[in-house]
Amino acid sequence: MTTPLIEVMHLRKAFGRHRVLKGVDMTIEAGSSVVMFGPNGAGKTTFLRILATLSKPTSGTVRIAGVDVKHNPEGIRQHLGLVSHAPLLYDDLTAYENLRFYARLYGMQASEARIRELLERVGLWHRRHDLVRTFSRGMVQRMAISRALLHNPPILLLDEPDTGLDPQAAEMMTEVLREIGGSERTIIMTTHHLERGLELADRVVMLVGGEIVFDEPASRIAYDQLRPLYDRFVGEGAVA
Amino acid sequence: MKHYLNVVWAVLWKDLRIELRSKDIFTSMAVFAVLAVMIFNFAFELRVSDKTVVIPGVLWVTITFSGMLGLGRAFISEKDRGSIAGLLLAPVDRSAIYFGKMLASLLFILVMEAFLLPLMVIFFNTNFVTLPLIALLFLGTLGFAAVGAIFSGLAVNTRTREILLPVLLFPVMLPVLMAGIRATIGFMEGDSLADMMKWFNLIIFFDILYIVVAYLTFDYVVEE
Repeated sequence: MTTPLIEVMHLRKAFGRHRVLKGVDMTIEAGSSVVMFGPNGAGKTTFLRILATLSKPTSGTVRIAGVDVKHNPEGIRQHLGLVSHAPLLYDDLTAYENLRFYARLYGMQASEARIRELLERVGLWHRRHDLVRTFSRGMVQRMAISRALLHNPPILLLDEPDTGLDPQAAEMMTEVLREIGGSERTIIMTTHHLERGLELADRVVMLVGGEIVFDEPASRIAYDQLRPLYDRFVGEGAVA
Repeated sequence: MKHYLNVVWAVLWKDLRIELRSKDIFTSMAVFAVLAVMIFNFAFELRVSDKTVVIPGVLWVTITFSGMLGLGRAFISEKDRGSIAGLLLAPVDRSAIYFGKMLASLLFILVMEAFLLPLMVIFFNTNFVTLPLIALLFLGTLGFAAVGAIFSGLAVNTRTREILLPVLLFPVMLPVLMAGIRATIGFMEGDSLADMMKWFNLIIFFDILYIVVAYLTFDYVVEE
């Protein structure tokens, strides 16, 4: 039996009296793609922020590669990449300068080849000397994926990466995510887009009201079944 | 340790690069400094015969208020553009980010002071700038940037962050401000450097205190 890459046990998070996560238990194997659905306020972003060591749990344990995130957050961060609603980029730096800055934060020596590889992969190498402020939302989000993959993390956390993208840009981003997935990288993604999420996932989780209400392999559920199920848990008309 | 210093440098480089392109911080600080000096100059012109009496107060008040504009942007701008998580995800002790931000703020305020000093010499028609005064300003600004950067980080997660920063900062800055003003008065009255050492030592003590406390607490300060 293999040890899970990520172990989440009795995870709770409260902001004051508002309980966002109410005891989440989950194990994630290395190389799997987990997609988490849920309405706004379900606790998806909080869950990812705790995994990313950006937020501390009120109680419960999160272990990544057997290490408690509370005990060695700096070491854990080396293994994580995060794409969130905000691109975590600087408008007044060029695409190249942004990635070079993050390469320094991650202690990468000789980052030029890696920056070129990533910018070519997301189709932005020819715009490397342009300020990020001149990019479209879709280009910014592709840059954000490059930034998150810069240090080649084995775990990629994606928090609604398709928010605000037009269908064409969202499809391009899905294509990039499909390329970067694979057996070696573990992906945990939250999204409101059921069809796109299902396409990228090999495991589907629904988080509603801070609790996991559904957790099944993606192979066992089709989109036609997923949608009514989601509506039942979340409420009619909640699907994007 | 090398990675730690690289992160400090990276954050400093990034802030300088952005400021060189946007000039947001320097422009607001410089405009404020010009206006403050002009207002003080006109206000005191008719009533104060010896302008050297008011120069120390005008100098430190102008530095404090215009510096506040720069300090406020240290972490608040990261929060506004949503990039603070990118910094906090760096696999390094988070105090490295604090030091990068603190050094950037220090540099911005020092540049503003380099602009302010000749301006005051012209407006008050008195050359009061000496090497010991420049050293005093550097030490006072170091303490200001040290405590300002940590409070900027603290204010970032609050709704009233623009208001909270001065409310927190001014009381804590008082010892450095008072020592700075007293030493500047001393220099203008011709006191020797040896006489002024007690004020220098006080500022150095608070500089060290602010930096050590900020180093030890920054991780908790930016915690959600």
